[in-house]
Amino acid sequence: MGIAAAAALVYIYPVVDQHREPSLITVRPNGGNSESFHIRLPGDRIMAGVTGSTELTPLALEWPEHDFLANMQTELFKVRNENGVVIGAASRMSGSSEQHGSFVEWVVHLPARGSMFMTMAAKPSADGYREGKLRAGTREFLTLNGTIIERFVNEADDSDSDNVGRIELVTALVGLPDELE
Amino acid sequence: MKYVITLLVGMVTGAVAFVLLLYYNPFVGNQSVSPLAVSELDLVDFSYSLLASDSIVFTNDGESHMQPHPAKVLQLWEPTVKMTRALVTILNDSRGQPAGLGVKFSSDSEKTRLINAEVVVDSVWHIYSPEHGTFFVDQTENFWPYLHDIVVPARLSGGDSWRGSWYGITSTGPGALGIARVTGGTGDFADTEGEAVESIAARAYSAITGPVAMTGKLTIALPRQEALP
Repeated sequence: MGIAAAAALVYIYPVVDQHREPSLITVRPNGGNSESFHIRLPGDRIMAGVTGSTELTPLALEWPEHDFLANMQTELFKVRNENGVVIGAASRMSGSSEQHGSFVEWVVHLPARGSMFMTMAAKPSADGYREGKLRAGTREFLTLNGTIIERFVNEADDSDSDNVGRIELVTALVGLPDELE
Repeated sequence: MKYVITLLVGMVTGAVAFVLLLYYNPFVGNQSVSPLAVSELDLVDFSYSLLASDSIVFTNDGESHMQPHPAKVLQLWEPTVKMTRALVTILNDSRGQPAGLGVKFSSDSEKTRLINAEVVVDSVWHIYSPEHGTFFVDQTENFWPYLHDIVVPARLSGGDSWRGSWYGITSTGPGALGIARVTGGTGDFADTEGEAVESIAARAYSAITGPVAMTGKLTIALPRQEALP
């Protein structure tokens, strides 16, 4: 009986129960859905590593001085939903090399939902936006396809020197064609 | 009264027997042969230290035995990211030379089933290699053999530590045979897909501070150059 009770407990009781926030998704008129992810600056920046820079985050960061990192910037952030609640973490890599050209990429990791890998245009548009596409996704994002817009929203306020603005990632995703059938 | 006591003793004995059965399950083993061993794709090996102090940045909820590095790095304490770790590290090639930069996010998975000897972690890598470009690697990992062979013995030992020689493959999917999925971002392998397997080679572990001498290895299988569009 003890064995059965323990087995039932292990089988039924979830060992891992990820905390979930409601997904704030807007349905688009032409199909698919849109969602906005926010990163407050500088508060949500976990790491900012640039070779040769004296303004690294965190302050005690020892950024490696390898040649291959010379033209690269790597950042880690916390990611929030539209309501300002932290729902995941993200990495942003940008750089340029003779061999691979210029690139800007994001990986957004939402523990309760899945991850997204986004490749962006190297140059922003005249309006300051940067467009990109979802290259790969996991779990909730596995069967989705679509575009992403990255933009910086300036919120500098003289009364609050700790808030300079936010990065917005706005996704417009739709199920892959064979998933829609 | 004696029947109640007998029932309670019986249930406790049964529960202990179940835990022992779970722990010493003879049908569960440690996978140590890479499914990529028979791959016809080009293999690229990246290795990295699993010690937080060797990383560029390691952060978690701040309450785990592995302390974030450097000391004042932002911690993932919010309820939605409390079971998530982020690691930024230099990746070395098979000769031990720096060959890339990797960012790894890993979160405890709700697919964890102790009764199946599955302690599942959902993890993704964001990798930059000057030779190959950028990659996204997504996988599920099973840390049951690691916990069974290293962490539990360390906790049970008088010195709160484990020493030995252990090797295990942690990748369990999403591909067939437990292979991770690779997506090329920038460079020669942009828009191509590959496979990967991650493994751990451990020599020492402390139940108080975490890994002491431990290396991770990520083997990525990429399409041959001549097969690229």
